[in-house]
Amino acid sequence: MIRSHFGVLAIAAMVGVSACGEDKKAQAPATLTIAIGSVAPLTGGIAHLGKDNENGARLAVEEANAAKIRIGGKETAFELLAEDDQEDAKVGNTVAQKLVDAKVAGVVGHLNSGTSIPASNIYSGANIPMITGSATNPELTERGLKGVFRVVGRDDQQGPAVANYLVANTKPKVVAIIDDATAYGKGLANEVEKTLTAAGVKVLAREQGTNKTVDWKAVLTKLKGRAPDAVFYGGMDSTAGPLLKQGKELGVKAVFSFGDGACTDKMGEFAGSAADGLLCSQAGIPPQAASKKFLDAYKKRFNTDPILYAPFTYDAANLLIEAMKQANSADPARYLPVLQKIDFAGATGRISFDEKGDRKDAEMTIFTMKGGKLLPIAIIKSGKTVKYEDFVAQSTAPAADVAKK
Amino acid sequence: MDIFIQQVINGLTLGAVYAMVALGYTMVYGIIQLINFAHGEVVMIGAMVAFSVIGALAPSGLPPLAIVLVAAGCAIPVCMLVGYAMERLAYRPLRGAPRLAPLITAIGVSIILQHLAMMIWSRNPLAFPQIIKVESYHFAGATITSVQIAILAISLAMMAGLAALVYRTRLGTAMRATAHNPQVAGLMGIDANRIIALTFVIGAALAAVAGVMVASYYGIAHYAMGSQLGLKAFCAAVLGGIGNIPGAMLGGVLLGVVEALGAGYIGDLTGNVFGSNYQDVFAFIVLIAVLVLRPSGLLGERVGDRA
Repeated sequence: MIRSHFGVLAIAAMVGVSACGEDKKAQAPATLTIAIGSVAPLTGGIAHLGKDNENGARLAVEEANAAKIRIGGKETAFELLAEDDQEDAKVGNTVAQKLVDAKVAGVVGHLNSGTSIPASNIYSGANIPMITGSATNPELTERGLKGVFRVVGRDDQQGPAVANYLVANTKPKVVAIIDDATAYGKGLANEVEKTLTAAGVKVLAREQGTNKTVDWKAVLTKLKGRAPDAVFYGGMDSTAGPLLKQGKELGVKAVFSFGDGACTDKMGEFAGSAADGLLCSQAGIPPQAASKKFLDAYKKRFNTDPILYAPFTYDAANLLIEAMKQANSADPARYLPVLQKIDFAGATGRISFDEKGDRKDAEMTIFTMKGGKLLPIAIIKSGKTVKYEDFVAQSTAPAADVAKK
Repeated sequence: MDIFIQQVINGLTLGAVYAMVALGYTMVYGIIQLINFAHGEVVMIGAMVAFSVIGALAPSGLPPLAIVLVAAGCAIPVCMLVGYAMERLAYRPLRGAPRLAPLITAIGVSIILQHLAMMIWSRNPLAFPQIIKVESYHFAGATITSVQIAILAISLAMMAGLAALVYRTRLGTAMRATAHNPQVAGLMGIDANRIIALTFVIGAALAAVAGVMVASYYGIAHYAMGSQLGLKAFCAAVLGGIGNIPGAMLGGVLLGVVEALGAGYIGDLTGNVFGSNYQDVFAFIVLIAVLVLRPSGLLGERVGDRA
């Protein structure tokens, strides 16, 4: 099953590349083929999230093809070139270069901050716009690179959001912070620490694991001796699940809180009943709060529900396509200015970018877990906390107009 | 103090698993001087098979303990088969080849097994079904769970069984004779090929049990879980003296404790310059220290020329 799927992907990617090359040679192609890259880890510990990201972009591309968009007067066929960066910066740079060489018109990705940041240099150097649907480390857009965008919030928005929520609702005196030593985990943990310290909460010396650590007993045992009221972990679900499970087994009496990487339903499977009562934040809105049209289309196409960032990569791909459409060109030099000023109603709500390439007014959502399911409990937007039910009630179908394009 | 006891308990549990896996390395090394780097993957396959069986039986309404036992009962023969096939197809044709050839083959087998597992069980980390309710027991301020007790008890029993097999039975005598000198053992009427195959199969059975234990302990199984575990167990085998069966048991337990205490206290001892993220480094520091200071390991009698 997996094998055949993988094979099809590989073949699709190859066909994409070759088709692209042939079109360039032909003098007057009947259709214009536009390649869009999608990069995420498709192997390794968070391959499930990577596949989810790819699916989002793929859905957007397939819908655009079905809609028979015309760009520059020609019928346009979009091709998605999906690459695997293995959650590794070196591999990420290699596939980024590969996409640049394949002359993609734009890139959706990468998934991780640790791969997106180095790869953004390559894309920007080649004048190819990239939009990540999930990399939340602030540094990505802080280096003044042209054509680097993100449709999710940043850690320095997400970190304070979850920290403030913790302070306001758990009222901890001592908090322990752990991270997985990745750009994402560490960056997020730093932001949480900053906010907590500013709020007068005592933060214990930082503990670290790696993005492959499953044995947290030594760290947790040490922390237990310091009796924190809350624990924050910056990392992904495949390490956060074991951490939570082992923490409860050891009898660490603290509220466990996490960032978006560990804000998935998988936490309930990995940690079992220990996951009940956790707190976690997601940059943006939960997948189930994305537009109904997107959710239905995703379910229909992939026969599963989006896990985490698919609505965002879907929007990212749609933004590229929409900007090309409005500029009537797939040439980044022509459509990049349009993308910079775009105002687009996507599956995750209204999207426009500030001058750095960050999404304006990005929402943050706070979740808890009950019976193995994530429940959104609050939405934080522009520093204001709104209860989730109130948010859903007041935002009447934020993205009913995805259909427009 | 209670924190210290807790760290020791954590370390012993981890060490018991390392010991079980290290036995597979050391037995194979003892008999054909091959470091079977694919052994870690056998552990992974044990965990994965158990994952599938538990997943299939969970809705059947059988008692959870029975399901886990059936799962282990399926994982063991599958791993034995993998161990046998590995020896028969990959290593036996290279018997007598220069030492480097089977070593490279072992790395190749490891990669093949890993990718086979990725195709069968997907590349996602799998949530190992936690159908047995975990009980926690407290004593002296420390906590020990029923899973930890089971891991300690099962590995003790398996190791005792193995020791009895190797030192008390005719088969064990044949194994030791083959390890000592395969040619002479052959002259004495021992079928060396059969004994070598059996060694792989026994090691694989231990690995299967270790796989089920480690997956239930952490609640997670993953196609790449075997490589790191395998490397650590290899370090444990070297620490104890590779080729030496009691050495592997001792090395495994010691390494587990060193890791737990190291990760637990390195931050305090170095003023947080080094943190607990160095946990995985301890095994390799131990490996280097042993190779430099005492290449034959703690209990090894052989000189270091084979390591």
